[in-house]
Amino acid sequence: MSGENLTSSEYIKHHLTNLTYGQHPDGSWGIAHGSEAAKEMGFWALNIDTLAVSIILGSLFLYFFKKAATAPTVGVPSGLQNFVEMVVEFVDDSVKDSFNGKNPLIAPLSLTIFVWIVLMNAMDLVPVDYIPHLGQLIGIPYLKVVPTTDPNMTFAMAIGVFFLIVFYSIKVKGPGGFFAELAFHPFPKFLMPFNLFLELVSLISKPISLALRLFGNMYAGEMIFILIALLPLGAQWALSVPWAIFHILIVILQAFIFMTLTIVYLSMAHEESH
Amino acid sequence: MNINATLIGQTIAFFIFVWFCMKYVWPPLMAAMEERKNKIAEGLAAGERGQKEHELAEKRAKEVLQEAHAEASDIINLANVRAGEMVEEAKSKATEEAAKVKKGAEAEIEQEIASAREVLREQVSILAVSAAEQIIKSEIDASKHKAIIDDVSGKLGVA
Repeated sequence: MSGENLTSSEYIKHHLTNLTYGQHPDGSWGIAHGSEAAKEMGFWALNIDTLAVSIILGSLFLYFFKKAATAPTVGVPSGLQNFVEMVVEFVDDSVKDSFNGKNPLIAPLSLTIFVWIVLMNAMDLVPVDYIPHLGQLIGIPYLKVVPTTDPNMTFAMAIGVFFLIVFYSIKVKGPGGFFAELAFHPFPKFLMPFNLFLELVSLISKPISLALRLFGNMYAGEMIFILIALLPLGAQWALSVPWAIFHILIVILQAFIFMTLTIVYLSMAHEESH
Repeated sequence: MNINATLIGQTIAFFIFVWFCMKYVWPPLMAAMEERKNKIAEGLAAGERGQKEHELAEKRAKEVLQEAHAEASDIINLANVRAGEMVEEAKSKATEEAAKVKKGAEAEIEQEIASAREVLREQVSILAVSAAEQIIKSEIDASKHKAIIDDVSGKLGVA
């Protein structure tokens, strides 16, 4: 347990609170203490921990992949390069499997999504108290180290994908074509409002399901780690080790699902109406 | 757990990362992988070619070896035949020579015998004559007994 005199629910709450920076209701700027205070800050507040961790991890991803991409490449590949190329090949195969059109954006997008999410999810495998406790020691009151347990993170990526879906739908089919796809399907034209409603719901449900699936899985996984951390010391490892091992699967699986669905959605956006 | 401006910040970060990946990470990686693929394919093809060449060379070497074997055995046969001939020739030459030498020797011997006989005859006849002279000197006139002496020396000549 991290805190000295915390109750279990306080401990859990503490672990699930982001480091939010924003304007307090009384007009001063600062870090919110507790989720209620963060809520009172309204929309214009930043979760500094989510931003920092995700950007650090994203930069790490780009740094290593860039390094592998610029290293002398044609000869026998080094370990890092081998690994990077394995990942790239895996993503490339996934893209080729489900995306039929030609778009230079899709594969790098998928790679970014996959590796970034894997890295962020993998933060879950760091023992739950390590980084927050370290943060407390240097004066950071709240630190949620798994960015994907912050809906802001997952929704941000899902919205990014959503923008791309809409952008490519309009680019490929034209505004009229996109509208026709939404309005004249699946029922005949005279039921247009109904069609429009159905298709818009299905369109909007795409990013929402993407974001909530990832968020839900990672949040639940993190929650269980926190609950295990509340157990007496002897029992912790007996539960946290199997859960961590299982969680490795979830970490990669969720990243893969997010990537694959992104590819599929964008592939649908590129296809002419049914 | 609250939706706030982090959403915007993360969306921007997301697009920046995707853009960077698309611009600077993906193309060189793909190019390098493609290049390596080509290189490996080339290497494999070269290896196959080399093997084929090797096989061909082996085959040719075998052929050459076989030819050499055949030639060598030909040469050996020829040499054998030639040797036989030579031995035969030498043999016949030797016998011929031997016969010649033998004939020469025989002739010489004959001649020797003949000359010896001649010498002998002369000496005998001289001896006979001198003996006869001495006898005749003491008894008879040489001319009286010439017929007898001639008869004796003639007999000697026959013997």
